[in-house]
Amino acid sequence: MNKPLRHIAIFCGLLMLALLIRENWLGYVRADELSSHEYNRRVLIERYASERGNIIVDGKPITGSVKTDSTDFVYKRTYADGPMWAPVTGYASQAFGATQIENIEDGVLTGTDDRLFFDNTLGMFTGKEKKGGNVVTTLNGAAQKAAFEGLGDKKGAVAAIDPQTGKILALASTPSYDPSKFAGNSDKDTKAWVALDKKNQPDDPMLNRALRETYPPGSTFKVLTAAAGLEHGVIKDVDAKTDSPLPWIMPGTTTPLPNENNIPCKDVSLREALRMSCNSVFGKLGVDVGKDKMLETAKNFGFNEEQFVPVRANASIFPEDINQSQTALSSIGQFDTRATPLQMAMLAAAVANDGKLMKPYMIDRLETPGVDVLEKTEPEEQSRPLSQEHAQMLQSIMETVVEKGTGTKAQIPGVTVGGKTGTAQHGENNSKNPYAWFISYAKTDKGSPVAVAVVVEDSGANRDDISGGGLAAPIAKAVMQAVVDKK
Amino acid sequence: MSVVTNTTTIGAIEAPSRRNTELFMLAFAVAIPVFAYLNVGLALDGKVPAGMAGYGLGLGLLAGVAHLVVRKFAPYSDPLLLPLATLLNGLGLVLIWRLDQSPRLIQRAKYLFGGFSPDAPKQLLYSALGVALFAAVLILLKDHRILQRYTYISMAAGLALLILPMFFPAVNGAKIWVSIAGFTIQPGEFAKIVIAVFFSGYLMVKRDALALASRRFLGLYLPRGRDLGPILAIWGLSILILVFETDLGTSLLFFGLFVVMLYVATERTSWIVFGLLMSIGGAVGVASFEPHVQSRVTAWLDPFSCYKTDATGACQQIGDSLISFGSGGTLGTGLGQGNSDLIGFAANADFILTTVGEELGLAGTMAFLMIYALIVERGVRTALAARDPFGKLLAIGLSGAFAIQVFVVAGGVMGLIPLTGMTMPFVAYGGSSVLANWALIGILIRISDTARRPAPAPAPSSDAEMTQVVRP
Repeated sequence: MNKPLRHIAIFCGLLMLALLIRENWLGYVRADELSSHEYNRRVLIERYASERGNIIVDGKPITGSVKTDSTDFVYKRTYADGPMWAPVTGYASQAFGATQIENIEDGVLTGTDDRLFFDNTLGMFTGKEKKGGNVVTTLNGAAQKAAFEGLGDKKGAVAAIDPQTGKILALASTPSYDPSKFAGNSDKDTKAWVALDKKNQPDDPMLNRALRETYPPGSTFKVLTAAAGLEHGVIKDVDAKTDSPLPWIMPGTTTPLPNENNIPCKDVSLREALRMSCNSVFGKLGVDVGKDKMLETAKNFGFNEEQFVPVRANASIFPEDINQSQTALSSIGQFDTRATPLQMAMLAAAVANDGKLMKPYMIDRLETPGVDVLEKTEPEEQSRPLSQEHAQMLQSIMETVVEKGTGTKAQIPGVTVGGKTGTAQHGENNSKNPYAWFISYAKTDKGSPVAVAVVVEDSGANRDDISGGGLAAPIAKAVMQAVVDKK
Repeated sequence: MSVVTNTTTIGAIEAPSRRNTELFMLAFAVAIPVFAYLNVGLALDGKVPAGMAGYGLGLGLLAGVAHLVVRKFAPYSDPLLLPLATLLNGLGLVLIWRLDQSPRLIQRAKYLFGGFSPDAPKQLLYSALGVALFAAVLILLKDHRILQRYTYISMAAGLALLILPMFFPAVNGAKIWVSIAGFTIQPGEFAKIVIAVFFSGYLMVKRDALALASRRFLGLYLPRGRDLGPILAIWGLSILILVFETDLGTSLLFFGLFVVMLYVATERTSWIVFGLLMSIGGAVGVASFEPHVQSRVTAWLDPFSCYKTDATGACQQIGDSLISFGSGGTLGTGLGQGNSDLIGFAANADFILTTVGEELGLAGTMAFLMIYALIVERGVRTALAARDPFGKLLAIGLSGAFAIQVFVVAGGVMGLIPLTGMTMPFVAYGGSSVLANWALIGILIRISDTARRPAPAPAPSSDAEMTQVVRP
């Protein structure tokens, strides 16, 4: 009977071997995948096990952590001025995950980042409780406040950049939401979360309009068309007369490109055309530059690719494969041209910084809990879409717009301001209320400290009131003022 | 010494009793759990746990009593079985005590049952009862061949134990419990032993008929139709268990046990082939209409599919369990520092291995599995050494059942096979399991003692044993 016994012994051995192999498969081969699995609650438990590091603006935290009595999540995220800062921080919720800075820098904030290993190990011996590191942002509290309060209960967004470094100074989006309302995992948090859902909120307060919404930029895009005209040699002198018939029939069609209110745009100089916002002049300029060169310049300014600041911003669009009439419309910011507020701020910033576009960023540095610097972001040149000479020519005509054109409401005493208004049509047959745009920069004797883009989309406002100059310029002015005053 | 290592040698006269080896190993089997206990206490409270001395003394006392009984009543028995069982039981107690202190499980118990009472003291009591049963087996059962007299009584008892749970309400979807006067018993655990006794007795008588009266076809020995009766009956019974008690584990265990013993008794490979085909056919057939079994199979095939659809349901168990093993990694989080209690349901019973996987990691789980493998190995060795066919069959039956049970439970928890409601022997919380497995070890020790005992006279041939067959 011993022969079959030996076979059974082998069989039992195989059963055990199968278990051992399976355990190696789970505990070694798939260990990383399983320990960071989306359904692994330990990831969340770890995230809230110790006091979460803070996101810092102007040396003061705009976030916090409170101890809770939950068995799983010891700490809960809190936010100071949640709605105002939500487009910057994103949220970190026990029940609903994390986004934006809270998500991208989660490793540092929770303290699991490898670079915090030394601190954590040291803490084990000194008995200090584990705490996450801090994220120091580039934002400017006063500018953010001006932007958020300026938008008020209107729907819109503001992005402000320091043109010389690329530091993002303000990033506001309205309507906003308070991330502390659903930071926990109770029924109350779930209710707040569901209430914010797009299905229940047609205005979509969770949408970060400054980075993730693309709008038709309207007349503000004429700044880019002017830049293309200068760079590609179509315009040599901004004060020389252009060859601009009125009405100007778009090539390949029988339709003239209309101007607002019969303004005298015939053969005007580029300066005058920008001041009065002549569609006919810029439409023709775009066609004269040509669609490929327009696209090239747009790409140089950052169009047609996602920007990472390091939070992802949607790609702004200058359409490819278009005919001449479409080129004309695209060159005045209509047709398929779309831009994020961040992109339009980058456009103004590049002009203000003498043609040098600095890569925008919002995280200045990462710190350990003991405020040692882990990583610092250095300003970085992204591209050079304009020569210095052309940039200064463009500045000069943008300043004229604010001085005596459509953008007079953005004037700041004692400060040079350049800007451009925009009123973008949208909807079928332009039936919907247009978007009011304003892009501008301020300039002092130490160069330009701020460039800003404002968009207001307000279906409740009187249609005639929606113009870049009326709705958006005062907000831009307040933001620029806040930055200039602080310097 | 070369004589001793070859335990199959029947006439090993003057074989050393090995009792001192056993005592030495027992010291480790007590010291390791005590150290683990200390480890848990330090991790959870940061201080030496208050109950450590009591726990150490208790476990030491149990081991000491068991050892003395073995020394007196089974002096030639296998020296490793008792230390291995003690080690598993001791570590199981530590794991249960660790899970008793989980705030999540306490909260869950209060929410579901309105109160919480720690399980570790109860398990310690069961362990004491288990060791008492172990001692009783050794003291009362002077020779395992006595069990042969009870072949058909065993059959009746086994059937009763298997069928009994059908008349009691299902717990968590499976009918494997019997509750009498406040006590819940898992009769399947005891049935395992009783049925092994029945199979041994039955097959010892029928083996020649089953082995020789057959036709050869395609290289396989096909049994005669009428000899197929018993295997069909057992197959039918296990299918009935699967259908009415919806318990894949018990069903698999009994059918597997029968096939293993049939193969050993008849030495015919055809039985294995038949057994496999029948069990696969039966399982697939039942799974096609039984929703409880179906849901287990679905959860096994795609453990994470149900998280979105049924976030509170029981089908999450297997996914949670896999995550727990993965989160442990190679070395684990350390005792008391993992989150295996997130599983909630049966964390200290069916799913206790996940705590091992997470807190002791790959290394610890492999060690646990190796301890089980060693017990099986000692059991198989006992079967090889046994001098009588009944003893051989019983020993291989018990160790085979033990191996299959470990495979079914651990494989289920690790997602190797569909999950079933069975417990890890000695480690999981549960009185029935602890008592039955101590009895199982007791019987194996008895057989090994008989096998290794110096022969009083020249070894009788194994045919001589056949004359002792009890008339049915």
